[in-house]
Amino acid sequence: MNQTVIKVENISKQYRLGAVGTGSLAHDLNRTWHRIRGKEDPYLQIGDVNDRSQKASSDYVWALRDINFEVAQGEVTGIIGRNGAGKSTLLKILSRTTAPTTGQIKIKGRVASLLEVGTGFHPELSGRDNIFLNGAILGMTKKEIKSKFDEIVDFAGVERYIDTPVKRYSSGMYVRLAFGVAAHLEPEILIVDEVLAVGDAEFQKKALGKMKDVSGKEGRTVLFVSHNMGAISNLCNNVILLQNGTKTFQGDTFEGIRRYQDRDNQLSKETILEQLKKIEDEHFEFIDVEILQEGEAKQEYGSGKEIVVRFQYKVKKAVLGLRVGIDLIEQQSEIVLFRTFHDDEYQEMNYTQPGTYTSEMTLDSDFLNAGNYLISLSVGIHNVRWISYDSIRVPLAITTLFGLNKFYSDTRPGLIMPRIKWETKNSL
Amino acid sequence: MDTQTTRGSDSTAEHWDTVIEPRAKLLDLNLAEVWRYRDLLWLFVKRDFVSQYKQTILGPLWHFIQPIFTTVIYMFIFGQVAGIPTDGIDRIPFYMSGIAIWNYFSSCLTATSSTFVANANIFGKVYFPRLVIPLSSVMSNIVKFGIQFFLLLVVLSWFGVKNGHFHFGLSWLLIPLLVLMMAGLGLGMGIIISSLTTKYRDFNVLIGFAVQLLMYATPVAYPLSYLKDKGLGGWVAWNPLSPIVEAFRYSIFGVGQLDVQGLLFSGTFIIIVVMIGLVMFSKVERSFMDTV
Repeated sequence: MNQTVIKVENISKQYRLGAVGTGSLAHDLNRTWHRIRGKEDPYLQIGDVNDRSQKASSDYVWALRDINFEVAQGEVTGIIGRNGAGKSTLLKILSRTTAPTTGQIKIKGRVASLLEVGTGFHPELSGRDNIFLNGAILGMTKKEIKSKFDEIVDFAGVERYIDTPVKRYSSGMYVRLAFGVAAHLEPEILIVDEVLAVGDAEFQKKALGKMKDVSGKEGRTVLFVSHNMGAISNLCNNVILLQNGTKTFQGDTFEGIRRYQDRDNQLSKETILEQLKKIEDEHFEFIDVEILQEGEAKQEYGSGKEIVVRFQYKVKKAVLGLRVGIDLIEQQSEIVLFRTFHDDEYQEMNYTQPGTYTSEMTLDSDFLNAGNYLISLSVGIHNVRWISYDSIRVPLAITTLFGLNKFYSDTRPGLIMPRIKWETKNSL
Repeated sequence: MDTQTTRGSDSTAEHWDTVIEPRAKLLDLNLAEVWRYRDLLWLFVKRDFVSQYKQTILGPLWHFIQPIFTTVIYMFIFGQVAGIPTDGIDRIPFYMSGIAIWNYFSSCLTATSSTFVANANIFGKVYFPRLVIPLSSVMSNIVKFGIQFFLLLVVLSWFGVKNGHFHFGLSWLLIPLLVLMMAGLGLGMGIIISSLTTKYRDFNVLIGFAVQLLMYATPVAYPLSYLKDKGLGGWVAWNPLSPIVEAFRYSIFGVGQLDVQGLLFSGTFIIIVVMIGLVMFSKVERSFMDTV
């Protein structure tokens, strides 16, 4: 095994909630007083586990708690977890933009972070000036940047505009140039956070390829944070799973992803019910929303069978033009489908009388490609208002069990995967 | 033998390039690291200068306009209305010299005092020695001081031709030292304030008018001798800025006396302020992202 280049020991990070004001001055003084007497910081002993859905009971919260791990040279380690699990905090500490509350991290070699590409870009300066400025901010010397300059310009494809202020660039050019600088850094350790969420598809491919080069051919260590499980499984040798600020798994990429998705789906049932109850409206009340396949809720839904979204709700007062529906969202990109029950039932606008209702919408079999989707609930009164729009999102994971073709069970690109009729005739 | 005993049996005693810890040691200033980032320092200076006057018609001419107008106002208020003498120096170069050196101090102070708050966006994403930013402000302000100083030289030579007398001597060698002292004082006070403002913005409000008030307690628009005559010299002498401004005039015009004792006082004061500033800055830079 290669030598260890990152060693994280008992890292914790505590944040104070609420606004900074008079109270924080009192805490500061109390803390200093304890330190002068050689006692432990009184506020380190309290603090909640970081669960954003629950109301805090104390002013302090642990974003990270006792994280330990080691990363060997040349490894690409994915850091996965739900929003609020502590991924970004961990990266911030590793990239030294903030200090940990306790613990120690030892690092061998130069670290560069791509927390957000284009940091320090100045809109008035030309592309050329910004390459130098951004490169220097990321830790390169002028000499290093000079030797990489042509490569960067080539990678970004902006030769013609290199002396134009970057404020005139299209957003695509801007991002390409910014990533170009970052990708040509030569640190021993590279920290990447969600950069791949930007740019067009072709560029994303280029960027992923570049990252693979960095780790594979050049033997560099990469820490990669993403919600894109496809990219994680493509790139990473192993993953670290964070949950509510603690490390719950480190090891095999596929096992890590499986645990991450399992937990995501288990947790969601209760939280979704909780969120549904939060909709308070004089006309409408949700009882339950379920996603079913063959009559039951699943961890993962096969692409080859119908998926039923069943809404149960109470109408409290008669309402004209009630709509219940969903936006179907693919996690990495865009809305796939917008649909309410009115759209498919051709009828006049009608009054919905008080009572308890169940609406089921059926997504055809062989409709969606494998991937992670979200069903975003929408309830509204036509031409009046939304009762709830895009505040509740139910995750929907689709897998292709047997693939499109039984000889090739891999997935095809694209969001939808219908069976398509082909006819080939011999016209001889 | 020695190295063996210090390393002991601990196998982790290998070499690590970076160790991230909760708290910095008291004097962990990392100046070597600032030196490694010197290219960045220059690029920031260049960025400040290039971007400041983009899309303005007059461009760098603005550097001339501001001191000229201030001088005209001073001529009117302190000269005509209040009738304060200027130690036998022509009014225009007298005011201009005071304004040039004062502006350098006040622009260094105000620029560095907002280091953390103004750059929170970039500091939150990338690590580089934070000290690079205030240092680059101090340096880019030197360029602006240079322009004002050049304007002063033009005016001086015009008055020199008119009066048939032009002072140029060894005392001019003092000027770089005095500018350096102003830079140190502006930087030191600025980084102290910027360290305090990360958590408590009160200091941000304070700095706005404190700089203005401080100018009246400094012999910028009047000579120190005028206050001494009025029996107020003792107070202004405690202001560490006074000996620097007075010495600046002395070295340019060759009029009056060089207050060596006063300069030594200022120098000691500056060293203490810079040391305190650096310690506070290095403590705050580690965790300010959580409170800013």
